[in-house]
Amino acid sequence: MKFLCVDCDAQMRYEERELPGDGTLAVMFACPTCGRKVALLTNPMETQLVSSLGVKIGGRTVPDQPLETVRTQLGTGADGALVDEDTRRAPAWSAAAEDRLARVPGFVRGMVRRLYSEWAKERGIEEITPEVMDAARKELGLEEM
Amino acid sequence: MKRIRTYFDLPPDTGSDVLGQIRAQVERLHRRLSQVHFTLAVLSGKGGVGKSVVTANLAAALAADRCRVGVVDADLNGPCMAKLLGARGQRLLVKADGVAPAVGAGGLKLMSMDLLLASDSAPVEWKGPEAESFVWRGTLEAGALREFLADTDWGALDYLLLDLPPGTDRIEPVHDLLPHLGGVVFVSLASDLSQFVVRKAVHRVRELGIPIVGFVENMAGYACPHCGTVGPLFGASAEFDGVPSLGRVPFDPELAALADRGRPFVLERPGSAAAAAFGQAARAVRAFFETGRTL
Ligand SMILES: [Zn+2]
Repeated sequence: MKFLCVDCDAQMRYEERELPGDGTLAVMFACPTCGRKVALLTNPMETQLVSSLGVKIGGRTVPDQPLETVRTQLGTGADGALVDEDTRRAPAWSAAAEDRLARVPGFVRGMVRRLYSEWAKERGIEEITPEVMDAARKELGLEEM
Repeated sequence: MKRIRTYFDLPPDTGSDVLGQIRAQVERLHRRLSQVHFTLAVLSGKGGVGKSVVTANLAAALAADRCRVGVVDADLNGPCMAKLLGARGQRLLVKADGVAPAVGAGGLKLMSMDLLLASDSAPVEWKGPEAESFVWRGTLEAGALREFLADTDWGALDYLLLDLPPGTDRIEPVHDLLPHLGGVVFVSLASDLSQFVVRKAVHRVRELGIPIVGFVENMAGYACPHCGTVGPLFGASAEFDGVPSLGRVPFDPELAALADRGRPFVLERPGSAAAAAFGQAARAVRAFFETGRTL
């Protein structure tokens, strides 16, 4: 899937992905020449079909995580069935960021924590706050996280 | 309309590269299974023939024979392997390069959906629009099975057994994932052997060109609990439709009881007639893969 800015004859670049929470998906692309943006919007069935293939529209922004499809798609996974390797050496989490992380289902929470931690660590960020989470989420296109 | 550049006019390595992402999944699967000597799927044409119990005991018998054995529960919607192998409730450690499998009876490595659910009665429910589930469900289940195979840190194994859900068409998604699947073992009741459903399953596996190791006849007669003599129900079929018999497992009331408690029969009752049958089946499997002949 590619997007072309017809006026500029330039291929548009992936910008960000968003899951509005109603099962649909929005993927933004921007023209590198004129800055025009387009959004690809998919309905819940199309969104799920893409997710079930284990692929990301716009390309991968983070490496494929172990059991990623199962962890993000299984609605009835048990909290704590999967224990993610200790990431305590990674950046600290503010109380507000921890609160927000706590809203992520327990089955996938450890993976989400690791993805945010790695993103922050790579950028030398010492404390993860909700603002840091927002920035990472946009850049990585983390879905339902 | 203005003539515009189309898909193949743009650089090939840009965009979503869905194909590249899928290719990476396949490569990951191959890398993981490069340390597995033999892959073996256990199949039955229909449910209720004790297939999973046979898988658990066959795996345990192979492990008792000093093989390194892993089991993938490919029955995503009716998982029971963790229960049968006494691994229920084990928590799995996730590292960047994979998930550590559960370790069940006899040191068997295991990945099963029932390790991920809260209880035996917890259903497997996927997110996504239920109304159109027929569109995406098969793809999602194939993806989950791929992850079970590719994302589990199996290490080096001699045998990886896949316990398939019952049904004549369930081999297809496995064949898509593992075109070089080493072989198939059928499980059937003696009384069902003549039935169309078994014939159909055998036919489908042959069509796909997957090697058939043989079949295990389950509940083939009744072993006397006192003397071990196998009663008159014992079948006499040495082969079926050209498929060799690997062993006949007599009905033993303790088999199901021990299975429910997560203790493979072959390890708990090594002297029994049923354990001997599983041992015979395991030796036949080894002969098939390791020396290329049938016992
Ligand atoms: Zn433009």
